Amino acid sequence: MTPDRVSFRLPTPRGLGYSFNRVGRIGLAVILFWAVVAVFGTWLTPYPVGKIVDSDYFSPMSGSFWMGSDYLGRDMLSRIIMGAHYTVGIALTSVTLACTAGVIFGMIAAVIGGWFDTILSRLLDAFNGIPSLLFGLVVVAAVGSSIPVLVLTLATIYAPGAYRFARALAVNVNTMDFVTVARARGERTPYLILHEILPNILGPVLADLGLRFVFIVLVLSGLSFLGLGVQPPNADWGALVRENIEGLSLGAPAVIFPSIAIASLTISVNMFIDNLPTRIRDRSE
Amino acid sequence: MTDSFIVSVRDLTIGATTDSGRKVQIIKGVSFDIAPGEIVALIGESGSGKTTIALSLMGHTRPGCAITGGRILMQGHDVTAMDEKARSGLRGTAVSYVPQSAAAAFNPSQRILQQVIEISTIHKLMPRAQAERKAVELFRALALPGPETIGNRFPHQVSGGQLQRLSAAMALIGDPQLVIFDEPTTALDVTTQIEVLRAFKSVMKKSGAAGVYVSHDLAVVAQIADRIIVLKGGEIQEEGTAQQILHAPVHPYTRQLVAAFAPVPHSLAQIERQAHEKPILQVEGLFVGYGPMSGGEPHVKILKDVNFRLERGRNLGVIGESGSGKSTLARAIAGIVPAYRGNMLLDGQELHPALAERSKEELRRAQIVFQLADTALNPAQSIGTILGRPLTFYKGTAGAAREARVIELLDMVRLPAGLRHRLPGELSGGQKQRVNLARALAAEPELILCDEITSALDTVVAAAILDLLKELQRALSLSYMFISHDLSTVEAICDDVLVMYKGEVVEALPAAQMSRQAEHPYSKLLISSVPQLDTGWLAGLEQDPELVAAFSRR
Repeated sequence: MTPDRVSFRLPTPRGLGYSFNRVGRIGLAVILFWAVVAVFGTWLTPYPVGKIVDSDYFSPMSGSFWMGSDYLGRDMLSRIIMGAHYTVGIALTSVTLACTAGVIFGMIAAVIGGWFDTILSRLLDAFNGIPSLLFGLVVVAAVGSSIPVLVLTLATIYAPGAYRFARALAVNVNTMDFVTVARARGERTPYLILHEILPNILGPVLADLGLRFVFIVLVLSGLSFLGLGVQPPNADWGALVRENIEGLSLGAPAVIFPSIAIASLTISVNMFIDNLPTRIRDRSE
Repeated sequence: MTDSFIVSVRDLTIGATTDSGRKVQIIKGVSFDIAPGEIVALIGESGSGKTTIALSLMGHTRPGCAITGGRILMQGHDVTAMDEKARSGLRGTAVSYVPQSAAAAFNPSQRILQQVIEISTIHKLMPRAQAERKAVELFRALALPGPETIGNRFPHQVSGGQLQRLSAAMALIGDPQLVIFDEPTTALDVTTQIEVLRAFKSVMKKSGAAGVYVSHDLAVVAQIADRIIVLKGGEIQEEGTAQQILHAPVHPYTRQLVAAFAPVPHSLAQIERQAHEKPILQVEGLFVGYGPMSGGEPHVKILKDVNFRLERGRNLGVIGESGSGKSTLARAIAGIVPAYRGNMLLDGQELHPALAERSKEELRRAQIVFQLADTALNPAQSIGTILGRPLTFYKGTAGAAREARVIELLDMVRLPAGLRHRLPGELSGGQKQRVNLARALAAEPELILCDEITSALDTVVAAAILDLLKELQRALSLSYMFISHDLSTVEAICDDVLVMYKGEVVEALPAAQMSRQAEHPYSKLLISSVPQLDTGWLAGLEQDPELVAAFSRR
């Protein structure tokens, strides 16, 4: 007989009653990796971000420059680590803001209907008609470029699309009997949207979020290219691809690595949201 | 040795793996044979595995399930050993399928004829023109109106009964040796069901194909099957000819099944009632409709001048076909569809027509239970959450007390406590309906509006639910308004019956004397259309064709 042992175990998803498949875990791991890089990047860069450290431009990978150098001879690794800060920060924040606002208003419009729905929908439809880059240009040119302005501008550009999408889904769910039962019980709008409708549209909404994230990365790099986004010598990943695009014909790693960074983040965001942990429901009692 | 049979099933086992990795067995060693031209019925309660067996005859299992053992021989070919390509070759030509809901099985954007002859196109059986001629012949054999032209319509342009017969035509176009009918008349009205059953019976006789008829309704099965297999929990309980099963059942479960069918006349609930007490529900001159209002009246009028009284502790049945407005009546009382004229009094207090204007307490006292548990339960919430919400909402119960009450509610409707962690999608139809009922009970109401709540249940479970309702009525002095197209159910639980037709109450009868006292021709037609537990009932049934033509829209 062994005396009482203090068993020490890490809380695994299964231990907490969730199942979480491998694809989802990989996605989450990559997202967490980039999040860590974004937060602690400043201390990780091997060279100063803006300093020209290589004698050659578009140089290949080497022991001193792991990811080669860019069109001015700056260290690519340092620039990608710094870019993570802007891309993950700005793009993720603005996509979260855009989708949260869009989805909440979309569900409210579907549940309440009537005049509220009509006016809000028409208003946002009209807004949808303004070209996104042009709108961003005007706002940033007028207010000046700073990170909060960029985040809010990008969120404003993408919220109407998220609203339309969520409203279309919510309208379908709203006609189901279980929503009618909840109404007949006397439930108010906040409960209806959060508990009855949201869980049933969450899958497509998250997929939409992943797609919108990619668009925001693109618009952000577009703004940076025009000199209105992240200010040089700093740059987000999209801008890194753009400024090094001539290196493509030279097979320079300077254009490949930022692309890989964007792809790895966007793909893993999609991998994670398609394979969220699900609660194990078959529990023996 | 099995050459004389179309299908022989030997020791079939079908299993599934749950999300925690536990293995469950759904079908536990089932063996049976089907002779050419024979119609075999699989009967049993929901969750007994009857549809699973029927689908396995096509080599198909639902996602997550797999055939784990045994053999299915289809004319000597082993279906279980085939690859998916060989099985597709079999489907449509050797074995075909008539689904429960034809409305969901037809593609709404294609014309009917194109979908009916699809099998012959896929398997390259015959040229298109020949297939079309054959389809028209089948339409004629199935007694469809306008057989030459009905194929040019879209699925939404024909009635439910017609669509069900068209799906039978779809199944028969490839001259299969075996046709699987998966509860094809369950969703139909009784008067429509007669016509569909007759059509199926004659067309099956003509084609000489064997059939597997899956149903929970013993009376329907009695009309069409030669042999009946009684299933429970994935095992065969009893197998025998239709006559033997109906009149001399051996197995205790079969006896229970037959006994549950015979209507138990409802004796008045023994509740002490004071003479002066107000009726729990009184409806006066109720008019309900949908659509834009003009001059105080809506565009589409559904209910016209409905009046009734429901005394406390008594039960009111509302019968009528789909489209007669009986569900709308329940929705108007619950306030979901506001009435535009008339009064509703709950325990003497006037109810506002619109839901939003009613108090929480008024809402709690009258609960509504919907017909389709599939859509009435939120697929994203666990059963525990679904049942717990009314407790929190009306009484503020939370934490352990809420959990305990949820388990109590599940026990009330005879469900195990462990079910509270599951999602509705993981429950059988009958279990879902019981959860649906338990949610209404959670509010501790005085009046429950039951909208066809037993229609989707098999007879044994339905009888148990009716007993449960009576028991709860005695304990909690409940009153029920019971909407149903199943007259024996209404007879079993109700004191009074309203017969509805096209939004109007045509007759009010005491439930016990329903068949004798009915005077209105529509009530008579409806009552005579209820299938009886007798193999010769359909053949011997005579209805006035003019009456049928006048009142039913086939």
